[in-house]
Amino acid sequence: MLLRVNLQSAGYPGRNVLSDIRFELPEGRVLALIGPNGCGKTTLIRAISGVLPVMQGELHVNGTDLLSASQAERARLVAVVPQSTHIPPAFLVEDAVLMGRTPFIDWMGRTSNQDLEIARSAMDKTDVAQFAGRYCGDLSAGERQRVTLARALAQDTPVLLMDEPTSHLDLRYQIEFLELTLKLAAEMGKTVMAALHDLNLAARFGDEVLAMKSGQMVMHGETREVLNPRTLESIYGLPVSVFDAPDDNGIVILPK
Amino acid sequence: MKKLTRPMLYLLLALAACILLSIGVGSIFIPPGQIFRVIGAAIANQPLEGNAEKYRVILLTLRLPRTLLMALTGAALAGSGAAYQGLFRNPLADPYLIGAASGAGLGAVIALTLKWPAGSLGFMAVPLFAFLTALATVFLVYQMAKTGSAIPVTNLILAGVAVSSFATALTSFLMINASGELRRALVWLLGGSTLAGWKPLLAQLPYTLIGLGILLAMAYRLNVLQFGDEQAGQLGVNVARSRAWIVLAATMVTAAAVAFTGIIGFVGLVVPHILRSRTGGDMRRLLPLSLVGGAIFLLAADILARVLMAPQELPVGIITALCGAPFFLLVLRQTKKEMW
Repeated sequence: MLLRVNLQSAGYPGRNVLSDIRFELPEGRVLALIGPNGCGKTTLIRAISGVLPVMQGELHVNGTDLLSASQAERARLVAVVPQSTHIPPAFLVEDAVLMGRTPFIDWMGRTSNQDLEIARSAMDKTDVAQFAGRYCGDLSAGERQRVTLARALAQDTPVLLMDEPTSHLDLRYQIEFLELTLKLAAEMGKTVMAALHDLNLAARFGDEVLAMKSGQMVMHGETREVLNPRTLESIYGLPVSVFDAPDDNGIVILPK
Repeated sequence: MKKLTRPMLYLLLALAACILLSIGVGSIFIPPGQIFRVIGAAIANQPLEGNAEKYRVILLTLRLPRTLLMALTGAALAGSGAAYQGLFRNPLADPYLIGAASGAGLGAVIALTLKWPAGSLGFMAVPLFAFLTALATVFLVYQMAKTGSAIPVTNLILAGVAVSSFATALTSFLMINASGELRRALVWLLGGSTLAGWKPLLAQLPYTLIGLGILLAMAYRLNVLQFGDEQAGQLGVNVARSRAWIVLAATMVTAAAVAFTGIIGFVGLVVPHILRSRTGGDMRRLLPLSLVGGAIFLLAADILARVLMAPQELPVGIITALCGAPFFLLVLRQTKKEMW
C-alpha cells in the first residue's frame, strides 16, 4: 500500500477534529474525498501533509513514517494543491514553480540544473511555460491554479493531495484542470487524494471515494459503491437521486 | 530569477554620489577632489597643510562618520522593513509602524535613565535594552493583530499604533521625570544624530552586520513564507524556526539603528515598496537592493535636513516623515483597492 492512514485523533490544541480515520490507498489510485462543509476534509489533508499541530496515530507513505519524519522529508513524499488560488503576486511564475524544489535544495535556495529541468518540465506539462516570465499577479485564477499544480509536480512526490482545487474555477476550467491533473498523475505514477465538494466531479474522476461526516469516516470503497442515495442522504441530510449518465458509463447525482 | 547585477550597479552609483554629497555639504563645502585627497592622505598617513588640514578635521571627525552612520542606519531600516513586510506578508509593515522602533526607543531611554557609567558598558546597555523592548513590542503587536493564522492590514496598523503610542507615552514620561541630561534624548528620539564621531558607528556596526547577514541568508525562506505558513510547511520549510530567526534579526537591526540614531520613520516602508514595484518580490533581490536603497534615501534626507534651515539642523526623522507619511497614505489606498 502506498498511503496508509491510521489516525485515532487529529486536530488543534483544545479542539479535536478527526477521529478514527483508517484507510489505505494503493499506488496510482485516485481517491475522492467527499462530505459536507466542516466535516474535516481539509483537516485530513493538513494532517497527511504534516501541518496539523495535534495528531495521534500512524501515517505512512511507501513505508516511511510521516509523523516522525522532518518537514522536508514529508515534503519529498507529499505535495499539496491548496484550495486558495492565491500566489504571492510579485513573484515570477518560474520562480513560484521552482519553489516546489524547496525540500530538495539547501536553505539558501540554491538550485542545480536538475532542479531547473524538473521545474521546466512541470511547467511544460501544465502549459504554464508560456508565461514563465510573467508575474503571478497578472494571471487569471485558472492560470494561477495551474502554476500551483506545476509547483506541486515539481515537488516530485509519490503522493499528491488536493483540497477542493477547483472551487474558484468556472465549469470549463474545473473539468480541464482535473482532467489535466489526473492525466499527469497517471503518467507520473502518482497516487492522488482530492477533496471535492462537487459530487459529479467526484463520480467522474475518483477511482475510489471516501465519505466523511463530523470528522469521521462514513464509508470508503469503489466510487459507485459509495455514491449511493442512502449514504449520500445520511452524510448531507438531503435526499438525492443517482442516475446512470446517458452517454458514458458514469453516474449523475442530483438533489431531489 | 531575474538578475541582480544591473539594478544593483545603478543603486551603488547613486549611493556613491550621495556619499560624496553628504561629505561635501555643510557650513563649509568640501569639493569632491579634496575629499579624495584627504582620505588618500589619511590612509597613507601623510600630513596635510592649510585648507586641506582644516578639511581633514571636519571630514574625519564629523562628516565621514556621520555619513557612514546614516548610510548604515538607512540600510538597517530598509532591510528590516523589507523583512518585516515579508514576514507579516503585508506591504505596510515597517519598523516604525509596527512599533518596533518606538519599543526600541523606550528601551534605550530606560537604559539612559538607569545612568550606566559612560563608556563601553553604557554603549552596550542601550542597544541591548532597545533590542529587548523592541522584541517585546513586535511580539505584542503580532499577538494582538493576529486573527487565526492571518494578519489583516487594518489589525496590524491599529495594533502597531496602539502599542507604539503606549511605548512613546512611557518614553515621554521617563524623559519628563528625568532632567537635564535627557533633553538630549528628545532630540535624539526625533532622529537627530547628536552623537558625533566614530563611536556610534562602530558600536552599531556589529549588530547591524550580523542582523542583516542573517536576513540575507534567510531571503529564500522569506520567499517561501510568502505562500503562507501552511503552504510553506507543505513545501518543507520549518516555519516556526524560520520566523523566529527573521523576527530576531530584523528586530536586532532596528534596535541597533534606533539606539544610535533615534527613531527615524518610514525608511523601511518607502524604500522596499518602490523597489518591489520595479524589481519584483524575490527577497534575494529585494533585500540587497533595499539595503543600498535605504542608505541612499536616508543620506538624501540627512543632506536636506542639514541644508533646508542652515545653519540650523533639522532632525532627519522630520524629513523622512514628511516624505513618508503621504507615501504611506498612497500605499494604504492602493492596498484597499486590491482588497475590495
